[in-house]
Amino acid sequence: MSERTFVGGIHPGYFKESTSGIPIAPAKAPSQVIIPLQQNIGAPCEAIVKVGDEVKMGQKIGEPKGFVSAPIHASVSGKVSKIEPFNHPMGTQVLAVFIENDGQDTPDEGMKPNKSLEELTPEEIKAISKEAGLVGMGGATFPTHVKLSPPPEIQIDTVIINGAECEPFLTADHRLMLERADDIVFGLQAFMKALGATRGIIGIEDNKPDAISSVRKAVAESSGNYNIEVHPLHTKYPQGAEKMLIKATTGREVPPGALPMAVNVVNQNTGTAIAMAEAIKFGKPLYERVVTVTGPGIKKPGNFLVRNGTLIRDIIEQCGGLTSDARKLVLGGPMMGLAQPTDEIPAIKGTSGVLVLTEEFVKEQPIAACIKCGKCVEVCPMHLLPSFIGAASEKKVYDLAEKYGAMDCFECGCCTYTCPAKRPLVQWIRIAKGAIAASRKK
Amino acid sequence: MDRKLVVSSSPHIKSPETIRSIMIDVLVALFPVALMAVFLFGFRALVTMIIAMVAAMATEAIILRRKNLFGDGSAAVTGLLLAMTLPPAPPWWVVVIGSVVAIGVGKHIYGGLGNNIFNPALVGRAVLFVSWGTHLAGNVWIKPVPFGFTADAVTQASPLVTYDASLGDLFIGTVSGSLGETSALALIIGAIWLFYRGHIDWRIPGSFIGIVFILGLFDGGLYMGLYHVLAGGVMLGALFMATDMVTSPVTPTGKIIFGLGCGAVTMAIRMFGGMPEGVTFGILFMNGLTPLIDNMTLPKKFGEVKKSA
Repeated sequence: MSERTFVGGIHPGYFKESTSGIPIAPAKAPSQVIIPLQQNIGAPCEAIVKVGDEVKMGQKIGEPKGFVSAPIHASVSGKVSKIEPFNHPMGTQVLAVFIENDGQDTPDEGMKPNKSLEELTPEEIKAISKEAGLVGMGGATFPTHVKLSPPPEIQIDTVIINGAECEPFLTADHRLMLERADDIVFGLQAFMKALGATRGIIGIEDNKPDAISSVRKAVAESSGNYNIEVHPLHTKYPQGAEKMLIKATTGREVPPGALPMAVNVVNQNTGTAIAMAEAIKFGKPLYERVVTVTGPGIKKPGNFLVRNGTLIRDIIEQCGGLTSDARKLVLGGPMMGLAQPTDEIPAIKGTSGVLVLTEEFVKEQPIAACIKCGKCVEVCPMHLLPSFIGAASEKKVYDLAEKYGAMDCFECGCCTYTCPAKRPLVQWIRIAKGAIAASRKK
Repeated sequence: MDRKLVVSSSPHIKSPETIRSIMIDVLVALFPVALMAVFLFGFRALVTMIIAMVAAMATEAIILRRKNLFGDGSAAVTGLLLAMTLPPAPPWWVVVIGSVVAIGVGKHIYGGLGNNIFNPALVGRAVLFVSWGTHLAGNVWIKPVPFGFTADAVTQASPLVTYDASLGDLFIGTVSGSLGETSALALIIGAIWLFYRGHIDWRIPGSFIGIVFILGLFDGGLYMGLYHVLAGGVMLGALFMATDMVTSPVTPTGKIIFGLGCGAVTMAIRMFGGMPEGVTFGILFMNGLTPLIDNMTLPKKFGEVKKSA
């Protein structure tokens, strides 16, 4: 491959300086955690504890109701006080387990080291990832054990760890690559073994040279006979998008509508790789994760290890609170994150960032007519015609929107970011996708 | 929580670029061209440009009932581009009519910026050309006299009539012609700014100029190939008119087809038509085909056809 990137994309400001140098610190455990029973794409979980039960840290409290699902574990020890619907980052109300923290962090007996990676069979690794409740921690929260179980006719040959962290503002993965590189490599080795993959790749954007050298060092010092490469990638959003990352590192293009396994690849997030390593080494389930708390609206930004079910309000409080001009709360990055109406929202497995934006970012700009500059076409990493899809969707002509590629849009937002007429293109495309999906169901 | 939060759909950050900033970039890019026009043709060229811009902006402000004369800047660009296609010193009312037609008929009849099918400046020029052609061609071309602001105007036939100008004069612009078209040098300097700012890419100018050169070769070898590129309105048309965002295709392949079409029609008119110059109608013709070209050249989606590399 001549250059490690893809065609299209944008170069927004990084905004990473305020937190990229701040080591990960454990966030204070709150007096109460509120753990939603849906934390992954796919089926929700069923509570397996009742009100009044004493639970231990790491104890399973939610059992999956389907194959595409992952169990949920207590992030503190204490007493279950309520099980009722509560605010969820997806904008809905979801059944959640409320646990009063006893402050003891009494670990669950189930948390004990597994056999070494050499001794584990692929099936055992899959079982560990499932029991530990691993999901894709980049935000999409696809259950990891499902990714590790491709259909028998597909042989995965390459596992890619996504260390691109192309979203502006976020630095959680960057810090993990600096501080936990050995566990990232260990996790990758486990994924490779589980899938029988012969090649492991860690892709990192080249605006993080310290992370590249840290991970390279960890690869060089790692044990076991695994073929692992570190690929510096061109710094460009959305370099970390699944399909773009596969193209940049392997040259393979995932066909429209298909999953990475169609080109014999599985992608995993850096955080997920570390969670895999912890699950094998210590039997530790996924009940806490690193969250970047940042943005001009946060007084003291940083990177924190946050327990599942901690309210965003409590996290922000530890960061000195909000500035007086804070106007928007986003969970995730500024390009694809979800804006929240309140800070009474629990952090979950997919919460990569808490971003607070100020007045200057939320100024409403009037929408002008499309001047057909074609800049959205240039930046679309899927090579669609966003301006055409947007115009069709605006007029509710959804079959035309489909013709111009609406269903292949993965909503990276490059078109809306770029549009000089300030047209909400990806927002219109989302509406079109919903309408097209609804009409297909009929 | 004691404050109201704004909730909106992602992305939550946007590029600082606006339509207005793009139009200002185009005006900046036209500055060297305007400067060269004043240098070559004197202050009358400046007066023509100012009349065209003010008339265009005023027309738009009246149509939109807008108090701000400049607005998004697109009318100023249209006015200036129209002036670039006119002789250095046509009667003032010709210029005003051109601007009113460009903005009124060329742009706002279709619904304003973004909705027009044809390049507004060229619509203005085309109407002037067929209505008051005597003020636009033939005997009114002024022989440029650098630094000769006070010299009496001497008329000179267009190099596309005489075919005797030197390539050096054509490149620098010391030949007669429309006030903004003669200097390839100034046009290229201006276009570099637009390239740098990402507002135009190589496809339209490259294919336009390329096909004019290739067809020119058949009109008399390398010399005529270069002559056809440098003489008349090809450089102005390829770099500033055909690249008008609104009226040119958005697809990469479509841009190449569009440029080739502009150049081919231009050369067909020059070599076989009844007029010495064909850039205006070449571009207008292709403007009309733009929606068709876009729809016939939809880009291949990421991952389509090719399964793996």
